[in-house]
Amino acid sequence: MVKGFRGIASMAALSTLALGAMPASAATDIVWWHAMEGGLGDKIDEIAEGFNQSQSDYVVKPVYKGTYSENMTSTIAAFRAGNAPAITQVYEVGTATMMNARGAIYPVHELMADTGQPFDPDGYLPAVTGYYSTTDGDMLSLPFNSSTPVVYYNRDLFEKAGLDPDAPPTTWEDIAEASRNITDSGAASCGFTTTWPSWIQLENFAARHDIPFASEQNGFGGPAARMTFNESDAVVAHVQDLIDWQQSGVFAYGGREDQASPRFFSGGCAMLMASSASYASVRDNTENFEFGVAPLPWDPEVIDQPKNSIIGGASLWVLQGQSDAVYQGVARFFNYLSSPEVQADWHQFTGYLPITDKAYALTREQHFYEENPGTEIALKQMTSGEPSDNSRGLRLGNMPQIRDVIEEELERALNGDKSAEQALDDAAERSNELLEQFERSVR
Amino acid sequence: MAPQLIIVLVFFFWPAITALRQSLYVQDAFGLGETFAGLANFTRVLASRSYHEALVNTAIFSVSVALGAMAIALLLATMADRVLRASRAYRTLLIWPYAVAPAAAGVLWMFMLDPTLGVLTRAMTVLGIDWDFRLNGGQAMALVIVAAIWQQMSYNFVFFLAGLQGIPASLLEAAAIDGAGPWRRFWTITFPLLSPTTFFLLVMNTIYAFFETFGTIDTTTSGGPGGATRTLVYKLYQDGIVGLDLGGSAAQSVLLMLMVGLLTLVQFRYVERRVQYH
Repeated sequence: MVKGFRGIASMAALSTLALGAMPASAATDIVWWHAMEGGLGDKIDEIAEGFNQSQSDYVVKPVYKGTYSENMTSTIAAFRAGNAPAITQVYEVGTATMMNARGAIYPVHELMADTGQPFDPDGYLPAVTGYYSTTDGDMLSLPFNSSTPVVYYNRDLFEKAGLDPDAPPTTWEDIAEASRNITDSGAASCGFTTTWPSWIQLENFAARHDIPFASEQNGFGGPAARMTFNESDAVVAHVQDLIDWQQSGVFAYGGREDQASPRFFSGGCAMLMASSASYASVRDNTENFEFGVAPLPWDPEVIDQPKNSIIGGASLWVLQGQSDAVYQGVARFFNYLSSPEVQADWHQFTGYLPITDKAYALTREQHFYEENPGTEIALKQMTSGEPSDNSRGLRLGNMPQIRDVIEEELERALNGDKSAEQALDDAAERSNELLEQFERSVR
Repeated sequence: MAPQLIIVLVFFFWPAITALRQSLYVQDAFGLGETFAGLANFTRVLASRSYHEALVNTAIFSVSVALGAMAIALLLATMADRVLRASRAYRTLLIWPYAVAPAAAGVLWMFMLDPTLGVLTRAMTVLGIDWDFRLNGGQAMALVIVAAIWQQMSYNFVFFLAGLQGIPASLLEAAAIDGAGPWRRFWTITFPLLSPTTFFLLVMNTIYAFFETFGTIDTTTSGGPGGATRTLVYKLYQDGIVGLDLGGSAAQSVLLMLMVGLLTLVQFRYVERRVQYH
């Protein structure tokens, strides 16, 4: 079996040689570990292939390593064993861990400067790159797949309930009002549900209302950050609303991550708060009804003009311990990846946000937003203003566990075990233990 | 050195010693720096509320799974032992669930009990039960217990059936002639003679419930809601693999190792006394 495979491989190698397709000097391999499965994984292979075809000095080799956390654990294990890949994809909640591992990472802005590759930090969308930059704006990792939460709504159910499907609710009060109409008219049993509860209902709620989620500029200032979200009356009131709405049918909790989506697909809930990157999945699962996209709601009593929502997803980190040739290749690949064509294609295919102004402009020129209504909502929501210290994102250590803690306490509030205030205080207290522990480990 | 000894050294002692060492240090994920922490990791783990909750969850889960899986298996084995026609088919069917991977077993039950789409959920809605394991901790626990029992039942069934077939028919016949009914025959002859099997299964089921149910929990509830189904092993995974808290998770694994060792010791010392080997 192995022998046979080798035989085929060497024959293939020989025939390539014979055809003269191999470059005179061997190309440098650039290993890229990622966590994109299925169609997204195929797209990654396509991007790598596109880069490999565009030049002959470097070969980018994407390798699927499992879920985000599996990929991160594998990367760390490989680094400790001295076998790290050149590029690895790390989810946004792993950012603090990566950036504090100073001896392990090669910040992108340094890489670009050292390799002399053209690099214009101003060409990137600040709301996207801000999450992965220092407070001075130096890019640490290259944003790759970023998304932001939006509201998907069932137009058919809106009509049934006597609501105007062309004027979806924009404030939290409107959402509650529309939901009451929907349940009272019997159009559906619940008004709205949410995926990613901590990300959408707390992290983004705080960002959009310019409320500090944690001290030290949400952790951007350093690992001494501690939670502050529980001190905000608006956040407590929002969780209290969720509890009341859960009782009255305005809201139905559907679980963590994307577990709530079927409630929307089945027509059980009229609205779904989910990632903009869920667009394709929503389109494919809503063949029985028409859907629309609306921005994430805000509360006009808390803020006049909502801030940008924050992103989720992952970025590409460069690891230490590679040769200069590899870093040259990585820098060239990052340039290729940031080109308007590649970005626009990725954005249109996946629903993830483009990372540069040019890619956004190109997509507009290609009339993509007109042909796919609702796809621009996320971008408008992201780029509506300058991100503030509270809406740039979160950079907290042990964030994957902190999200678990927050969602646990949220679940305890929603099932009646705790009051909103108690749940948020407990969430903050437990998160702070994790933050203290992180601070100790990076010192 | 004997080859089996090398295997034990490489696959047991080496990782165990690494864990023990790691549990005494505080380290960042990349291993760029570490500081000796003494027993700080242990005190932190033992003082945390979520560890206490996981301990209680594990106790409830393990006792329910071990007792449930053994009781049902014993009942089925006794029944299957009496089947005369097509006994092979019955046995094969009863052993089947063991061939299903724990993760797949979990998914199977999750689909049947999904709050929106599950077949059994609809049936329960008709009965007036408000089933939502994504929010109700007790229901989530029930779900993982049922899935874990269903899996382990087959394993127990095989051993109980073999045990039952090893009991001489003459003993049971003699008791029947003396006027002992089936109930009495079971409790005074069959059950005591099965005690070596039962004891062996008690040890195995405890270990199963402690360690091997990870896949079942991971694919169904992921330890939620509100940590209601987070067992010690699941917490260890969350802290170590997802959270990259190496010192804390190493301390947890050392504690777990001690706990299971102690439990097995207790079982051998106190329960085994009542076992009658024949």
